[in-house]
Amino acid sequence: MDIFILILLRDLRLSFRRWNELAMPLLFFIIIASLFPLASSPEISQLRDYGGAVIWISALLSSLLALDGLFRVDAEDGSMEQLILSPTPLGVIVLAKIIAHWIVSGVPLVIASPLLALSFYLPLEALPVFILAIALATPILSVLAAIGAALTVSLRGGGALIGLLMLPMMVPVLIFGTWATDAAVQGENPIGALLLLASLAILSISLGPLAAAGAVKVAME
Amino acid sequence: MFNEAASLKTKSLEVWRGGLCLFEGLDFTLESGQVAIVSGANGCGKTTLLRILSGMNQAAGGYVTWRGEKIHRLNADSQAEIAYQGHLDGLKKEFTVLENLLFYQAMSNQKKPLESLLEELRLGPYQNRQVRYLSAGQRRRAALGCMRVKTAKLWLLDEPLTNLDTKGASLISSWISEHAKSGGIAVVATHQRESLIQTATIEIEL
Repeated sequence: MDIFILILLRDLRLSFRRWNELAMPLLFFIIIASLFPLASSPEISQLRDYGGAVIWISALLSSLLALDGLFRVDAEDGSMEQLILSPTPLGVIVLAKIIAHWIVSGVPLVIASPLLALSFYLPLEALPVFILAIALATPILSVLAAIGAALTVSLRGGGALIGLLMLPMMVPVLIFGTWATDAAVQGENPIGALLLLASLAILSISLGPLAAAGAVKVAME
Repeated sequence: MFNEAASLKTKSLEVWRGGLCLFEGLDFTLESGQVAIVSGANGCGKTTLLRILSGMNQAAGGYVTWRGEKIHRLNADSQAEIAYQGHLDGLKKEFTVLENLLFYQAMSNQKKPLESLLEELRLGPYQNRQVRYLSAGQRRRAALGCMRVKTAKLWLLDEPLTNLDTKGASLISSWISEHAKSGGIAVVATHQRESLIQTATIEIEL
């Protein structure tokens, strides 16, 4: 547990020292989403129709940006060797890194999403469900990011490959997320979609770190 | 706590890389207080051997044991006894020297004051400087300091003298003799055989 917190704090501190990289996914998220009203019509009824979908796709794309450095930096400077050889199970260390990654790249999306939702004229009543859906989805995206980053850690120029590998795996998040959002916007019951998102989140957080740890170990050989 | 006395054993180790057999049938045993110097030309498998001894890589044939247990299946207590320092220094560039040392110290649950270590490494004046502003030799010394704070029983050092000046090299050589005297075990791969040979109890030529 001590080691878990140690790694978590270390990764958070490292992220804040590289603050210029820190803001990138968030800015990317806001910019992609705000391109859509420019490219199509800015009428309120239309914005409301496609707003949910646009925000979800922007969230997926921007989460791809943050994931390359998750293990690569540690692998390149030799820290990963030291982490693998430490007596703490690598799964625990990877989980700490994933949570740090989520705090740095996921939480800002959760905070910014209601602002974007309002700018697309999503009804106020739909906001709590929408925020909850994004809050459940971002940890899943962080775990998937970790698996992708672990699989490509030993490849040079793995960045583009991660996108190809990971976007298909993010499809369930997109489907359940937009389902919950649409249901909330149209005043229907979103609970089914939210429960599916929650179960996906639990599944990925419990099994994902082990998968990523295994992949890192193989890649570092 | 441990079933067997500290000893590192290899049994008919066979190592391949890129479809080429680098060596086979390597057997040796290191007991408490012994130091092995691994020498040989570039590409003869020194680094691969050390990574196999650490348990990070798997040998094509044969096996390595530490205290009688297979090296890649150690329990946490035995794993904590092993310190590996490879070509990469394992330092975080955005952290200061002191932060890096404190991190590795906390990782291995140690709490000794670091002043004398920083003094020995001649890093005292740079302890609050970020690692990215250090020279290659200073980084190397900081990395070896991080290895030292783990107070491990088995040291696996891959070219520890790279980038070090004569003072640094003699410090490391004295660390290794001291480590052996206090019952530790070390395997050191090096090209600067002359600087370290006086610490060695056996020499492995690949």
